[in-house]
Amino acid sequence: MSDVSLTVNGRQVNAAVEDRTLLVHFLREHLGLTGTHVGCDTSQCGACVVHVDGKAVKSCTMLAAQASGSTVVTIEGLSDGTGLHPVQAAFKENHGLQCGFCTPGMIMAATDMINRHPEGLDEATVRAELEGNICRCTGYHNIVKSILAASQAMAKGKGRAKAA
Amino acid sequence: MYSVTYHRAASLSDAAKLAKKDEAKFLSGGMTLIPAMKTRLAAPPDVIDLTHIAELKGITVSGKSVTIGAATTHAEVANNAKLKAACPAICHLASHIGDPHVRHRGTIGGSIANNDPAADYPAALLALDATIVTTKRELAAEKFFKGLFETALKDGEIVKAVRFTVPAKAGYAKFPNPASRYAMTGVFVASGKEGVRAAVTGAGDDGVFRSRPIEAALARNFEAAALEGVSVPSDGLMSDLHASAEYRANLVVVMAKRAVMAATG
Ligand SMILES: Cc1cc2nc3c(=O)[nH]c(=O)nc-3n(C[C@H](O)[C@H](O)[C@H](O)COP(=O)(O)OP(=O)(O)OC[C@H]3O[C@@H](n4cnc5c(N)ncnc54)[C@H](O)[C@@H]3O)c2cc1C
Ligand code: FES
Ligand code: FES
Repeated sequence: MSDVSLTVNGRQVNAAVEDRTLLVHFLREHLGLTGTHVGCDTSQCGACVVHVDGKAVKSCTMLAAQASGSTVVTIEGLSDGTGLHPVQAAFKENHGLQCGFCTPGMIMAATDMINRHPEGLDEATVRAELEGNICRCTGYHNIVKSILAASQAMAKGKGRAKAA
Repeated sequence: MYSVTYHRAASLSDAAKLAKKDEAKFLSGGMTLIPAMKTRLAAPPDVIDLTHIAELKGITVSGKSVTIGAATTHAEVANNAKLKAACPAICHLASHIGDPHVRHRGTIGGSIANNDPAADYPAALLALDATIVTTKRELAAEKFFKGLFETALKDGEIVKAVRFTVPAKAGYAKFPNPASRYAMTGVFVASGKEGVRAAVTGAGDDGVFRSRPIEAALARNFEAAALEGVSVPSDGLMSDLHASAEYRANLVVVMAKRAVMAATG
């Protein structure tokens, strides 16, 4: 057993877990945060993407013990609680999901992508950056549209914040 | 996953001590080891996390000499401004490994210690005539990569860093497997004072190798046109469901041309 201590969605969490516990299982089964999904066994689908210390990672390919000491944000903690996060809102408005299984991972990957490209995004970049996220339903078209819309909305939001 | 005990090494000596445990494995980014453990293809009783050892991290560029710590992630290599200025080819290579999430965790040390026959870094290090620095010795890439998933590393030996001298020109091109993004064939070319080196990954039956016909043609003239009409033998190349050995032999030439164009671009 390992004692792990991490900050999850702003909350300090301490627990004793089996060393083989994957971060995704820790989130889902120990903390009840079932928004993060498991879609494969091969580290390829990205349904499990969360942010660890500000970076998108596959939580199915990391032990909870490796994450000890880190700050984790999951889909449940993305918005500040007052409404949808701009990326969530863009997926809703642009019909960026069908069954929704891949969506938490898509949104966490999209948020990370937008953060890493303050200069803005174009379609080719979004498609290349979605390499690690698989969607079985949408054919990606509306996911790409959602991310481009979110990236623009967030850039404008920042402009406003600066002006204010 | 079978039961495992996780250890977080605070220093190299700490890691070396922990490694004395039977069948213990080092854990870096975990992007190869954890999937293997999940599918029970690997079942180490102990894993030793190396990523909190400060000495293994970071990139130094001093003049023409580059040193990359073993626990440096693919994303860090891809985005390092000094390295981009000195040797953009290796940043380009790192930026095309897997996907963004894999690049945030996977490391150069883990990649070369694993020596997957379709991994990208082995081609770069062999073409750049890099030196692999371990806890026990320094050895040339040529001596380090030994075949399929095999290296010269002995039990308990840790890769600390890789070091190379920036060549005058370098470029990398790969034909990625559309599902995994590993190289179905990737060629890294480097041209400098010591001559031309061209290393091929994803194609060889026995892992990464130097292609002499490509090197000979480029030594005469380091331009894509010099590879017109050059062919490489398909003996010793991989044949699998993705591509035959003959197809890969053709890809070696095509990727070499693109790599030279990137280098001279
Ligand atoms: C979806 C996916 C796509 C990928 N696509 C690509 C790709 O396109 N190209 C590519 O090249 N790779 C690809 N990879 C592999 C990725 O680059 C891995 O990060 C890399 O191969 C292993 O590095 P790691 O740091 O994750 O090592 P780990 O998985 O932690 O370790 C790998 C092996 O190396 C040993 N080891 C680790 N560090 C050291 C050290 N310092 N000294 C001695 N031994 C050590 C470990 O004991 C283990 O046996 C992909 C992986 C995934 C999951
Ligand atoms: S569950 Fe598929 S990548 Fe993590
Ligand atoms: S919306 Fe169903 S998998 Fe993407």
